[in-house]
Amino acid sequence: MRLVADQLSAARSGRTLFTGVSFALADGDGLLLTGPNGSGKTTLLRVLAGFLAPSAGAVSLEGQEGEPGEHCHFVGHLPQSKAGLSVRDNLDFDARFLGGGQMNRVDTALAELGLAGLEDIRAGYLSAGQRRRLALARLLVANRPVWLLDEPSVSLDQASVDVLARLIAAHRQAGGIVVAATHVPLGLTGTTSLRLGGGS
Amino acid sequence: MSAFLALVSRDLRIAFKDGGAIGIALGFYLVVVAIVPIGLGPDLNLLSRIGPGLLWVALLLSALLSVDRIFHNDLEDGTLEVIALGPLPLELVATAKALAHWLSTALPLVLLAPILGLLLNLEAGAYPAIVLTMLIGSPAVSFLGALGAALTLGLRRGGLLVALLILPLYVPILIFGVASVDRMLSALEPSSQPLLILAALAIATVVLVPLAAAQALRVNLG
Repeated sequence: MRLVADQLSAARSGRTLFTGVSFALADGDGLLLTGPNGSGKTTLLRVLAGFLAPSAGAVSLEGQEGEPGEHCHFVGHLPQSKAGLSVRDNLDFDARFLGGGQMNRVDTALAELGLAGLEDIRAGYLSAGQRRRLALARLLVANRPVWLLDEPSVSLDQASVDVLARLIAAHRQAGGIVVAATHVPLGLTGTTSLRLGGGS
Repeated sequence: MSAFLALVSRDLRIAFKDGGAIGIALGFYLVVVAIVPIGLGPDLNLLSRIGPGLLWVALLLSALLSVDRIFHNDLEDGTLEVIALGPLPLELVATAKALAHWLSTALPLVLLAPILGLLLNLEAGAYPAIVLTMLIGSPAVSFLGALGAALTLGLRRGGLLVALLILPLYVPILIFGVASVDRMLSALEPSSQPLLILAALAIATVVLVPLAAAQALRVNLG
């Protein structure tokens, strides 16, 4: 499996954010996107996920059938859970909808992300960090080879950042690909880094 | 298929747990139908003559109140991103969400209609005719509403725009919905022709709207 970005360019409302971004990631690779605010990190992740068509270039996932987005998890700035549903109902839906119904994974994910004991609380009552952990739990509930993470450490405490680093390492160990936009070191090893903006 | 059912059941669960959307639609339906006789005066013959049309108009307006929630909440909390990456094509996502709206809002409105008919002095034979035409026509109401919701997704306060966009599309349903009640009850020459046209409209809407709504969702996700 190889995630290939070929000469990607993207523009938002007429403003070109980046041009000619190319990279190729193989099994187990990790890519950190860095760069100042507004340099297009989120836009690049949204292009990779297929939400946004690039103004030039193409994204392909070699070795997998269908659209690249079908094999991606995208964790972004929005909470990505329903405030009115309980933590468990949210993850149950993710498991059924994305993961083909491996319900036993829900308990594992809850335990891994430190959400055990909060299952029956409505997601709307969680703190920002807990809500973010609920979004990250989705990574474990449904098995997908490519993780696109947009500043995944925002509002997480140090212990949760360590858990996240461990999950990413385990995912890469198992042959997954991780692309993360971040301003802070996530404690990852062996990643390449791509700096957007700033004239590079 | 299981992903489709998971999405429908999630939307139904949210609708019944939050309760707001259904309650407002049902309450609005009740208020409109209750207030018209007060405005028209106690002319029972007049009320029973305009009753079916009034019930249909009020049903469309009540349904419009809730349709902009079909996609808007999911866009706002980011769950639409999760759904868009799922195994379901967006056409089926739109179908599932419109179906959930029909089950959670339009169907309760249809079932409330005969009770509200009591306020309008409907003749006994009109009740089954009204419920039948509404059951056939109401899926089109939900699906066209979903189209409006998808088109106005990125806009703040898109609710009024949905009404302006979608009400003209409701006109054929209204015309044939009321006409089929009239013709079914007609003493001179009862006919099911308008009902068949209504059914054809509903089927065409249910098939075609998801294609258009999915395209609108694709644009608005970007």
